[in-house]
Amino acid sequence: MCSGVEWIVRVALQVTCINDALFPDTGKAVVTLLRRLGVDVEFPAGQTCCGQPMVNTGYLDEAVPALRSYVDAFRGYDAIVTPSGSCAGSARHQHQIVARRSGDPELVAAVEETAPRVFELTEFLVDQLGVTDVGASFPHTVTYHPTCHSLRMLGVGDRPRLLLEQVKGLRLVELPAATECCGFGGTFALKNADTSIAMGADKARHVRETGAEVVVAGDNSCLMHIGGLLSRQRSGVRTMHLAEILAATESAVVA
Amino acid sequence: MGATFVGMPVFPVAARAALADTQLRHNLAHATGTIRGKRARVVGEVTDWEDLRTAGAAIKDVALADLEQHLVQLEARLTEQGAVVHWARDGDEANRIVADIAKAHQVDEVVKVKSMATQEIGLNEALAEEGIAAWETDLAELIVQLGDDLPSHILVPAIHRNRAEIRRIFLDRMSSAGRPAPATLTDDPPELAAAARLHLREKFLRAKMAVSGANFAVAETGTLVVVESEGNGRMCLTLPEVLVSVVGIEKVVPTWADLDVFLRLLPRSSTGERMNPYTSTWAGVTPGDGPQEVHVVLLDNGRTRALADDLGRQALRCIRCSACLNVCPVYERVGGHAYGSVYPGPIGAILNPLLHGVGENAQTDSLPYASSLCGACYEVCPVKIDIPSILVDLRAQVVDAHRGQRPKVEAVAMKGASATFGSAKRLGFAERFARLGTSMARRIPVASAWTGARDLPSGPTESFRAWWRRTDGGRNGGRGE
Repeated sequence: MCSGVEWIVRVALQVTCINDALFPDTGKAVVTLLRRLGVDVEFPAGQTCCGQPMVNTGYLDEAVPALRSYVDAFRGYDAIVTPSGSCAGSARHQHQIVARRSGDPELVAAVEETAPRVFELTEFLVDQLGVTDVGASFPHTVTYHPTCHSLRMLGVGDRPRLLLEQVKGLRLVELPAATECCGFGGTFALKNADTSIAMGADKARHVRETGAEVVVAGDNSCLMHIGGLLSRQRSGVRTMHLAEILAATESAVVA
Repeated sequence: MGATFVGMPVFPVAARAALADTQLRHNLAHATGTIRGKRARVVGEVTDWEDLRTAGAAIKDVALADLEQHLVQLEARLTEQGAVVHWARDGDEANRIVADIAKAHQVDEVVKVKSMATQEIGLNEALAEEGIAAWETDLAELIVQLGDDLPSHILVPAIHRNRAEIRRIFLDRMSSAGRPAPATLTDDPPELAAAARLHLREKFLRAKMAVSGANFAVAETGTLVVVESEGNGRMCLTLPEVLVSVVGIEKVVPTWADLDVFLRLLPRSSTGERMNPYTSTWAGVTPGDGPQEVHVVLLDNGRTRALADDLGRQALRCIRCSACLNVCPVYERVGGHAYGSVYPGPIGAILNPLLHGVGENAQTDSLPYASSLCGACYEVCPVKIDIPSILVDLRAQVVDAHRGQRPKVEAVAMKGASATFGSAKRLGFAERFARLGTSMARRIPVASAWTGARDLPSGPTESFRAWWRRTDGGRNGGRGE
């Protein structure tokens, strides 16, 4: 392992439900990347979803079964790494709310164990492993969208940028109004579809203004929304999760 | 006159109409972008801004934790200094009190300082029913009133209007309310301001009674404070003989020294100014100077209900700066009217349900969902109201209020998701149909909300968990080795 962090013995991948079902390449990229850095990441098979879709729609009781699966799957790991700012935020900030409401002291205790061990991928790389150069190569023009929950709920700050700047061949161009929400917002994208699309249309316009080939972010949910608009516009710009760029090397080019 | 928010549709419906108004979109993007930039500049100058925010939140929390004691102290200080204090449980009681004072003085008109509390209770409409005209004197409120329009912003109620529209309103409507606008009026802002000044001046000089709100009420000294930019408020507070101030009970702060914090936080957060231009303070009656009859109406109107909400009570810290509106990506695109309340934007999305309660009105229940939970509001709030967390909590309250009723499609979907996510086995089974799901999604109505403007990803041939199982986490073929 390239870090001096000896306490991290067992590392679990929280792949997230959306990556599991729709974007498995992102999960594979995290595995590739972490192994390259000497971390033998495990995939606890009992994991399902962090519960955020239910919590953010107001269905807190309905999130309890997902939370039980979560703590059963991840309890006992030293670190839980996830390629999603939003799902990391859900685990760190919302799990305790759901647990307390359930009235189950065991669930509360379990969340006290798991929640502080959850790291968004860039936090894990920069803070826990102490790396910014992960040996990646990606010879393309890229713009970075900082997703709201990674930016404001977790405060990942410039960690993604530090990592991207070290990627060989990558040219990073500034996204105008970068910190403004793309309009995804989970079920907001359906319950307030018109507003969501209006916000996303502006984000897509800003992405196109950069002239980048690829828009990168740390959350595939937001990218699904931005990418859905860019694709419908036949814009010729594609979306990629940050993990897939960091996993790419000269010998193993990611599609 | 008489436009009200009564009967407004639920947020998504109102938003859809607003989004189609290209002039509105243009006006709002320009105005909110300008104020956002100004705010960011002047806040960036203050090295202890985060400490100021923490102090602002703490002072309000202290005031609210012992609200009764602070209000009783405020009443005592006000009364000692010659003010008459009234208590109003709701808007109807407050409106009745103000109307009775007006009638006791036989006035048929009052001039008004810009006030959110009086808009909240519909005072102008209530006075109109009694034959009393209430003239708004804040420039933006005047534009809204003359245009028979509704306010769309807390600080800049006519933010949805541009100068060409304002010129039209002045030319068409000023004559029916008093001194007409000059026929040569252009849309040059100084000319528009001059027309408003002449129009309002005759009202200031004539009015016997003024109605105001207050930004702060200092318990220790019995001082009311009005913070404004134009000086029109100062005219109303000093010229008439009778002054009635309608003050929400959450406006109380314990000490005079507390104003130090808020008078630094408020101007930078609201108008993007370093210092507020006109800050008026008064405590009761000053013999021979200013209004000789001073009334203060302390208004509850749902505030004790909000105070009882463990998480939501922090919304009562709000100092009505509008910073959350100006940074909100939802507000910037739909404007204030879509929220169906004098309190629009992120603060309105929590304040209205907190003041009125949830589960009774579909419009109110739609407000906590009028957010992508991006968190920009929390970041700028000068009193650190955690709006995103309160929104989520209120969504849960809305859902809970409807439990036991006929379930909506959404509730059924959430129950299904709950069962699926309760077991990895069930989830794995569901995912085998994922590809089928994304192709079917294009044909079902709920999904058309997505696919109307956005393509769906094609969906992989194999889920991550299936890949992990098949390849032993990539060790036996497949990428990831």
